[in-house]
Amino acid sequence: MSAPPSYRSIVGEGIWSNNQMLVALLGLCPLLATTTSATNGLGMGLATTAVIACSNGTVSLVRNLVRPEIRIPVFVLVIASFVTLVELIMQAYFYEMYLVLGLFISLIVVNCMIIGRAEAFASKNRVDRALVDGLAVGLGATLVLTTLGALREFVAQGTIFYQADLLLGEAAKGLTISLGEDYQGALIAILPPGAFIGLGLMIALKNSIDKLVKGLKAAPKPAPAAPAPSVETAAT
Amino acid sequence: MKTKSILLAGFVLGAFAVTGVTLVALTHKAVDGRIADNQYQAMKRKLDTILPAQRIDNDPLQDSVQVSARDYLGAETTQVYRARKGEDPVAVVLEPVVPDGYAGPIKLLVSVMHDGTIGGVRVISHHETPGLGDKIEETKSAWVLEFNGKSLHNPPLEKWGVKRDGGEFDQFTGATITPRSIVNAVKNALIYVDQEGEALFKAKPAAPAQAQERT
Repeated sequence: MSAPPSYRSIVGEGIWSNNQMLVALLGLCPLLATTTSATNGLGMGLATTAVIACSNGTVSLVRNLVRPEIRIPVFVLVIASFVTLVELIMQAYFYEMYLVLGLFISLIVVNCMIIGRAEAFASKNRVDRALVDGLAVGLGATLVLTTLGALREFVAQGTIFYQADLLLGEAAKGLTISLGEDYQGALIAILPPGAFIGLGLMIALKNSIDKLVKGLKAAPKPAPAAPAPSVETAAT
Repeated sequence: MKTKSILLAGFVLGAFAVTGVTLVALTHKAVDGRIADNQYQAMKRKLDTILPAQRIDNDPLQDSVQVSARDYLGAETTQVYRARKGEDPVAVVLEPVVPDGYAGPIKLLVSVMHDGTIGGVRVISHHETPGLGDKIEETKSAWVLEFNGKSLHNPPLEKWGVKRDGGEFDQFTGATITPRSIVNAVKNALIYVDQEGEALFKAKPAAPAQAQERT
């Protein structure tokens, strides 16, 4: 067994270099469907993070107990249970948000990002690393969802974090940024094509930043040793 | 040997299923009341905006009947909530479904006063195009307030349509189908209340709305 990855590299991979949404393009369904506003994106991201951290932790804990031939059904069971829990808790404590995101919360079950991390990482690593990986991947996804949501909301309505109080309570009203009532807006941003265009722009931006960074430190030292080859499961 | 490993795998899988279901069941039990309460409060807030609170002394959510009038209300069965002051009927609130929205059914909440005028119309759920058809939401545009105080005689029945069809009600730039179907559904709801008259208030109340699953 190769040396286990350091926390640093786990976090770096999850948030940036192997961002599941921008690099692996996993979990496109919630990404495209729920990012009509920054608040929705944030809510969806937090729900996904909760599920992925819990499922990673559990999968890692039981990894020696579960025989290889039944691991996929076990992962599905674990993930489905956690998603249902998150859905119930959301209904009980964030009801307004649930009304907006309800349908997509159950769809977290089929988010291949989560089963992908369970299979590729959690089932092969200690529980602490699996938890860190879950949180990092979840945070990476949350950042993408929130940014894309903010982008689409801003272009379409001229606001950012409109109705953030639904998710974060009254105090969050101050988060809302608005261009004012007379902003006409570009409708396409909030329609499904806008999600694809926005995502494309974000991927392009990430790639060009990577390229720039690579160019800056091109000569001095060789690129850091390739991390343990992560078996990215094919998107389902 | 082989049988043993299959049995073991089955047992492990079964254990996970039982644990998962137990966790979900326990959580459900713990938050069930809170969820029902949330649904009740959300519904009550909506009703409060279209009913004259100071003229009512019952809880319309606890005083509902189920009716079946597909032709007028769009769904096989719908709830009718009755608002009263003492024994006197004040208003009914219907939940018509607009079957012919631009992108699927639209659920409405329509309150009709005892004198036949509309207390208010609200959209509960819809799938209309954001930015065009979604101006039917009260948070996005004041359009839906146009219905306040209207009745079957004001405007007259033949004027119950959008302006493009020669009626009284505004349509939106770029979206005529949505307002047209809503105007039609509200008209049908009014006709239904007019036909049923007092009977709507006399029917025995069904089980409290609280206990019912709302989707």
